[in-house]
Amino acid sequence: MLQRTSYLTKNYGKPEGWTLGVYESTGGYAQAKRVLTSMTREQVVDEAKKANVRGRGGAGFPMGMKWSFMRPHPTKPSYLVLNADEGEPGTHKDRTIMELNPHAVVEGCIIGCFGIGAHVAYIYVRDELHLSKARLWGAIEEARKKGYLGKNPFGTDYAVEVYVHTGAGAYICGEETALLNSLEGKRGEPRLKPPFPAQVGAFGCPTTVNNLETIAVVPTVMEVGGEAFSKLSALHSLNDGGVRLYGINGHVKKPAVVELACGPTINELIYEIGGGVQGDRKVMCVIPGGSSTPVLLPSETVNAPDPSSPMHPWHGKSVFDVPLGVDTARNMGTMLGTCCVTVLAEGTCPVLAMHNLMQFYRHESCGQCTPCREGGAWLLRTVERILDGRGTITDVDNLSDIASNMMGNTICAFGEGTAMPALGFIRKFRPVFEQYVRGERTRADARLTVA
Amino acid sequence: MPFSLSPERERELEAILSRYPTRMAALIPTLHLIQDQEGWISDEVIAWVSQRLDVPPAHIKGVVTFYTLFNQHPVGKHQVWVCRTLPCALRGAGDVLAQCEKKLGIHAGETTANGKVTLRTAECLASCGTAPMMQINKEYHENLTPEKVDRLLTKLMEG
Ligand SMILES: Cc1cc2nc3c(=O)[nH]c(=O)nc-3n(C[C@H](O)[C@H](O)[C@H](O)COP(=O)(O)O)c2cc1C
Ligand code: SF4
Ligand code: FES
Repeated sequence: MLQRTSYLTKNYGKPEGWTLGVYESTGGYAQAKRVLTSMTREQVVDEAKKANVRGRGGAGFPMGMKWSFMRPHPTKPSYLVLNADEGEPGTHKDRTIMELNPHAVVEGCIIGCFGIGAHVAYIYVRDELHLSKARLWGAIEEARKKGYLGKNPFGTDYAVEVYVHTGAGAYICGEETALLNSLEGKRGEPRLKPPFPAQVGAFGCPTTVNNLETIAVVPTVMEVGGEAFSKLSALHSLNDGGVRLYGINGHVKKPAVVELACGPTINELIYEIGGGVQGDRKVMCVIPGGSSTPVLLPSETVNAPDPSSPMHPWHGKSVFDVPLGVDTARNMGTMLGTCCVTVLAEGTCPVLAMHNLMQFYRHESCGQCTPCREGGAWLLRTVERILDGRGTITDVDNLSDIASNMMGNTICAFGEGTAMPALGFIRKFRPVFEQYVRGERTRADARLTVA
Repeated sequence: MPFSLSPERERELEAILSRYPTRMAALIPTLHLIQDQEGWISDEVIAWVSQRLDVPPAHIKGVVTFYTLFNQHPVGKHQVWVCRTLPCALRGAGDVLAQCEKKLGIHAGETTANGKVTLRTAECLASCGTAPMMQINKEYHENLTPEKVDRLLTKLMEG
């Protein structure tokens, strides 16, 4: 059942809700103070682990575990880096936190720095988000004036500085190692892993990269307590804890960003949050968590007859009625991603939708790996040819081949992020691709809007 | 006139440099600071930044060409970016772009003859919940309607 919560969003919509006064009137900075004045680093990491916060940036890696990888280096400092590049098509959640609750980010940085043994946090915000940057800088200034940042936060000697850093319009800088190169003043090209950022991160030093929402929820984790926080989620038993922001966009009546206990279903998001589909149409498909996550159709069902399968409780049900979590999404053949769902209503053209996304990926590849650089360009050219009525059946098969050959053959996950959604469209809408080849559909009739 | 940074921006540059352990890390913020003043990044600017941050010009050129937002040529007084990516396209981004092209009499990627407006398409700007949208200079304009677009562009062409 859908459960609305308001930890991150309690000051959304209040007048001047982003200022220190409002934030402190609802308990703000009490947790940072408590952590710095009365807890050890191990205790903080332990709470983080118990909270089962799965990274909010897309991959769903457990936050507490990532923090525990940080080891003090004999000579080098450590860094906390927040990923607020928010560029994954369909994703519009981090921006609301920066604009409406920036102090949660700053307080999260203080606790996070302490938890990983860092004294400096960089918040990497994509350049276009000018209001977000201004609100973050405003919050940092307010916190510094109060003595919550600087050399002696809350009278302790655990120095913390927080800075905002900007990109310059490159989606790939959301990939964590590209982001680190960009932070260092270089081209945003992903690095080979290993070494991982916990060993060699920003400026060659141990670094934790977390999504902005992952860090913004940390004060709540400390306030509620790790285990109690985890239990707020419908997926606590799958180690997918707490609350998070969900977005709904595309062909719904009321696009929105809301805070919910983890584990709403796609149907709940569409009908209870989004107010249903435009024109009361049926849903053709959804992109569950940003454009890199393969589409799901309402006609797909869960096939997990074995009672020991974690998916068994939903055996035989539509994938739109399964609580969305990191592991449940993976078991449905897609990915949870960023928890912002894009809805495509019946009447829209899946080939045109894929073409739109392939333009995006073609434009954003950093170009280091041949399969990604060339594969992305081929995918776009081929789908364009099919759309224009110049394609053959071989072209349809080629799409699958090209995408399959990109998988696992690239430096970073952008390659898979291009190939997986492409394969999703081709496999699930193959008859439509074939209709274009046979001339039964034309580009002139293809649409993306329904209203 | 040879390039120089305004006194206010000079102070901002010092503040930027104090945030990082290396001078190179200040490169992208510095280029933004200069582009805000000059509108684009010329070879002369690259030479100036190279001296100032002690970073080779070739490295700076590599950075400028990598990032979409750095202009390698002069652009119009105002920048209009229409988001074209799928979530916006599902809510009418195609019509918004067509309307802009018609009203301004140019195609995406071009600048009006009077040098006032450069029109471009953007990839997802994190406003998919308030689509369709466009960015004009540093401001987002969301939940666009044909009337809204018309009003905004009229103002730009006059201003
Ligand atoms: C191509 C690509 C783009 C990404 N973009 C973002 C992004 O915009 N924001 C984000 O938080 N993570 C993004 N990620 C994921 C990051 O690499 C990284 O996993 C994440 O920042 C870790 O934070 P988390 O563990 O708190 O989720 C992207 C990954 C890839 C491969
Ligand atoms: S997979 Fe693509 S984006 Fe990632 S490093 Fe290779 S070329 Fe660059
Ligand atoms: S697709 Fe336009 S803002 Fe996301």
